[in-house]
Amino acid sequence: MNREELLKSIKIKFKQSIKDFLDKSETRVYFEIDPKDIKELTEYLFMDIGARFNIASGIDTRFNIEIIYHFTIERLNLIISIRVKLDRDKPKVDSITPLIKGAEWIEREIHELIGVDFTGHPNLKRLLLSDDWPEGVYPLRADYKEWDKGAIRDRGV
Amino acid sequence: MSIKLKALLKSPWVFHLSTGSCNNCDIEILDCLTPRFDIERFGMVLVGSIRHADVLVCTGSVNRKCIPRIKEIYEQAPKPVIVVAIGECSLSRGMFINSYNCPVPLDKIIPVDVYIPGCPPKPEAIIAGIAKAIEKIKANANKK
Amino acid sequence: MAKTIIPIGPYHPLQEEPEFFQLVVEGEKIVDAIANIGYNHRGIEKLSELKTFDQVAFVVERICGICSTSHPLAYVRAVEDILGNDCVVPERANYIRTIIAELERIHSHLLWIGLAGHFLGYNTVYMWAWKERETVLDIFEELSGNRNNYAMMRVGGVRRDFEEKSLAGVITRLNKLIDFVQMIKKAVLDDPVLHARLKGVGVLTKQDCIDYCALGPTARASGIANDVRKDDPYAAYDKVKWNVITQIEGDVFAKAVVRILETLESINIVIECMQKMPKGPIYDNVKDIPCGEGIGHIEAPRGECFHYVRSDGTNRPVRHKVRAPTYMNLPTYKEALIGETISDATIILAAIDPCYCCTERVTVIDANNKKNKTVYSQQDLIKLSQRKTEQIRAKLGAR
Repeated sequence: MNREELLKSIKIKFKQSIKDFLDKSETRVYFEIDPKDIKELTEYLFMDIGARFNIASGIDTRFNIEIIYHFTIERLNLIISIRVKLDRDKPKVDSITPLIKGAEWIEREIHELIGVDFTGHPNLKRLLLSDDWPEGVYPLRADYKEWDKGAIRDRGV
Repeated sequence: MSIKLKALLKSPWVFHLSTGSCNNCDIEILDCLTPRFDIERFGMVLVGSIRHADVLVCTGSVNRKCIPRIKEIYEQAPKPVIVVAIGECSLSRGMFINSYNCPVPLDKIIPVDVYIPGCPPKPEAIIAGIAKAIEKIKANANKK
Repeated sequence: MAKTIIPIGPYHPLQEEPEFFQLVVEGEKIVDAIANIGYNHRGIEKLSELKTFDQVAFVVERICGICSTSHPLAYVRAVEDILGNDCVVPERANYIRTIIAELERIHSHLLWIGLAGHFLGYNTVYMWAWKERETVLDIFEELSGNRNNYAMMRVGGVRRDFEEKSLAGVITRLNKLIDFVQMIKKAVLDDPVLHARLKGVGVLTKQDCIDYCALGPTARASGIANDVRKDDPYAAYDKVKWNVITQIEGDVFAKAVVRILETLESINIVIECMQKMPKGPIYDNVKDIPCGEGIGHIEAPRGECFHYVRSDGTNRPVRHKVRAPTYMNLPTYKEALIGETISDATIILAAIDPCYCCTERVTVIDANNKKNKTVYSQQDLIKLSQRKTEQIRAKLGAR
């Protein structure tokens, strides 16, 4: 399957859920899809096509929360980025960890740093932040404010 | 000079504590052990447990998760202990000063005796820094 | 049999991140392992939103001291991806990028060989490898001005040029380094003790690597020929001749072989680049970063390093996502560790090159009555590993 055939097959298979498509360059394509279909699309890319899951990046755009799942297909030299847009007040999306074991940590990280709820994640605990970090404070949100009164932010000179 | 201090300065044993550093300073400290620099000729040995150490070498901008552990390790150290801060991060947190996970500098948590600046300091600088600290403590003890 | 939990860490002076492992053991056998990270989290992704595009290159350099050129290179490639055709990196800059990145791979792999030797009780290898690593650091100091944190990358090219007169001396020194690596290669591949100690230990199958999306030497030792340098050639990798090294066994021995052979390949790449390097400008002047998003990925010593940058047209990135290779490689410890013995844990965890060795004491917690008692220290754990090598050595009648 070459590049054009692959993109065509995705477009046909997920016709209803694709909201936007950007063919940025020879090696980078971006899809925007409906959040409820992310699991199926992941399954198609990872199991059937044999793509490698790179990482997911979560972004707070002030209007909504975006999660971008990056997949690489080495033999085509193509990076496919799947974008889902979530509601900013209650971000919630299906977990892809049951399909890809390598996605466990990044979903835990997005959960604690941006506050996205991944339904179906087997072990949605804290990964990076310390135990005294308050609940509900997400450092990578755009409206994050310093909560720690004891923090020193000058160099003392 | 007390016999305890004299023994300490003759052959200081070093315990190395990384408090969330980028690894550069840590590698340079290990470099000091290897044949090119060979700090063992000054009687310095890197030990695996704080309970055997005379010098506590700290690197890294202090991480929120590490703060309670640093305090604990300092308490476990047999006194007197010389605390050496290595690298810009443990001096003032350098470029991590505005990071949400690095709230306070190292010297607000435990008392620091020697500061060795650099990003990372060269092994020569690290050896010189510790040697200078020993000289200074010797001079202070002799004055008394 | 009663289950016992052995916590290891969290302080690791030798390698990147302080990690905290809990090994659940039955007698000698490891039945489960739990990793607890976050002792090194400095919020770099948030910090980078506060810096300008030029400054971020310096921030990402301080993510890791060993890969201090991989992250800036991936970052500048991500920004160049936003710029698209507006930015053409000059040929000479591409060669300089390749040379710096490959020198870094040499010093990182030598560092790993040394540490692996130390864990196995071959302290001579540790001292040798680190002594020869100094050669590479000297070359770095001569070419870039610093032993670590070279600050060579910038958007559109490189920051500094090499001096023509120093290149000849560098090539002579690298040729000497080849002899040393050949010797190490012989010492490792022909040693019956190492064969007995490392073969079949911590096996990671090809399917495990695919499931966990493992990268770099970890995946290549299990038969997956993924290498960003070949798959998506950047800098000058498509202009020099080199091979992707793969093994199929997936055990610790295979990983060691991959790293040693890769070191030789890297030295050859550097020498070839230095001979082929054209003259010319070293950077393309970039004025504004337009609105958009870009992805940069490169092959760091430990695997693929992935950066995602989004710009909104101002002089600062809105979002900068960093994915270091160990992030994907580390979770594979679960597959590799389970079923092995505690004395092998050190070398298995080190085999991924995630940077493992703890300075803090290791305590044994009895799962039944939760009483802590210090039994193993870091040195004890390494000693345990070294003793096993001694036993194998005695059995084989070596020495």
